[in-house]
Amino acid sequence: MATTDIETPATAVGARAGTGTLFTRFVGLATIVGMAALGVFGLLLSPPDVQQSDSVRILYIHVGTVWVAYVAFAFTALASAAYLWKRTTSLAWDRFAGASAEIGVLFMALTLVAGSLWGRLSWGKFWVWDARVTSTAFMFVTYVGYLAVRGLGGSHHQRARRSAVVALLAVLEIPLVHFSVKLWRGLHQDSSVADRTNVNLHGLMLFSLFISVIAFTLLYVWLLMHRQRVLAMQDAIDNTGLDYALRQRRDEGDL
Amino acid sequence: MFRIARLIAAKDLRVEMRSRVVTNQVLPFAAIVMVMFAFALNSDAVVSRVAPGLVWLATLFSLLILVQRSFAIENADGATDALRAAGVDPGGIFLGKAMALAAQLAVLEVVLLVSAVVLYSTELRVGGIVLLLVTFVAATVGLALVGTLYGGLAGGVRGRETLLPLLLLPVVAPVLIGATRATESALGTGGATVAEGWPWVGLLGVFVALFSVGGTLAFGPLIEE
Repeated sequence: MATTDIETPATAVGARAGTGTLFTRFVGLATIVGMAALGVFGLLLSPPDVQQSDSVRILYIHVGTVWVAYVAFAFTALASAAYLWKRTTSLAWDRFAGASAEIGVLFMALTLVAGSLWGRLSWGKFWVWDARVTSTAFMFVTYVGYLAVRGLGGSHHQRARRSAVVALLAVLEIPLVHFSVKLWRGLHQDSSVADRTNVNLHGLMLFSLFISVIAFTLLYVWLLMHRQRVLAMQDAIDNTGLDYALRQRRDEGDL
Repeated sequence: MFRIARLIAAKDLRVEMRSRVVTNQVLPFAAIVMVMFAFALNSDAVVSRVAPGLVWLATLFSLLILVQRSFAIENADGATDALRAAGVDPGGIFLGKAMALAAQLAVLEVVLLVSAVVLYSTELRVGGIVLLLVTFVAATVGLALVGTLYGGLAGGVRGRETLLPLLLLPVVAPVLIGATRATESALGTGGATVAEGWPWVGLLGVFVALFSVGGTLAFGPLIEE
């Protein structure tokens, strides 16, 4: 039997063998170009900061990843609302929400890592109890919880409804957490990101940040398209997997 | 909806009256946690300074157990499914379970507060009594609402109770912050004045308002299987 046409549950129902299309390849190529440009501008062309020297270059990653994380979570909320909207109960919205949240969690983790490394260099400590930093960490944990809810099992529509409700509750919760942490910090006034990052940006620095946002957004779009298609294939496997296994056993019996 | 809520709450409390699980297991747990805090912190001065925070931390830990218990009795014989099949309004179930949970939490908090007075030599002051009462009522209602909401989600899926703390703790962070600060003001911990406490009660109020509406709407889709 030729290895090229192994029948899997997914191909058995007519799903394509890969998740790439002409468009994803184009976006992928654009992402590579964008990342290369970010490397050149972020590491070579932009000058070191007057106060932070070379550690400022971490921000070219930090800003891009945090931007993507926020965008991803916003899309998760929108897609969840779209799923719950009576006339559009389509699992495609659910998979879109799930794929977006997975990418958001990944980029939020990168944001927290890059941010704490930068904090160690600039403030001498990995963590400050700043309102924005703290509520960002809460946001991360909230969406880790959201992904856990997605993994609870049950039918696809159960998963979709449950996780959509949790995603919308997160929209309720996050501003409240941010507001209360802000009130909490208000009484202490130790340090604030806003005060200390108030530096004059050199033109090339600003441009590097701009490239960072563009490159990471392209990466998000590319990952999102692929991930969404993988999730669609997984759902297809769930739907047809049992039939496929039964058919295989029957074929064995015919031998 | 409110009649159903009353019936559900009475049912939950009657189950507790007869089984005594919360009274015999959760209350002693909360008390031992208060003793453990004192072991860990190992300083009279520190313990009495952070007593309000410890009371609320112990409340949150106990909340996790209470919520699991609250939904264990529903899942035991598919009781939730039976309620849903009977066409009972999910909003009513939500409010009813939250009311029963609030009643149990209130008893628990009194025990914790008394143990703080006894163990940590916390002193109540007359001027702060009103603030203290309002804080406890608001925080209890808020915790009961979110506890019921996420308990319904995690409890509906058998064997997935481990998910509850991950979902619930980030959400109740505002209650921990608000209730602790307000309690500090009411007790005068660290020289806090009573007037400083009221804005925190406002935060608790916003929390209660948001989750009473959000929870009533969201609970139905969450337990619908």
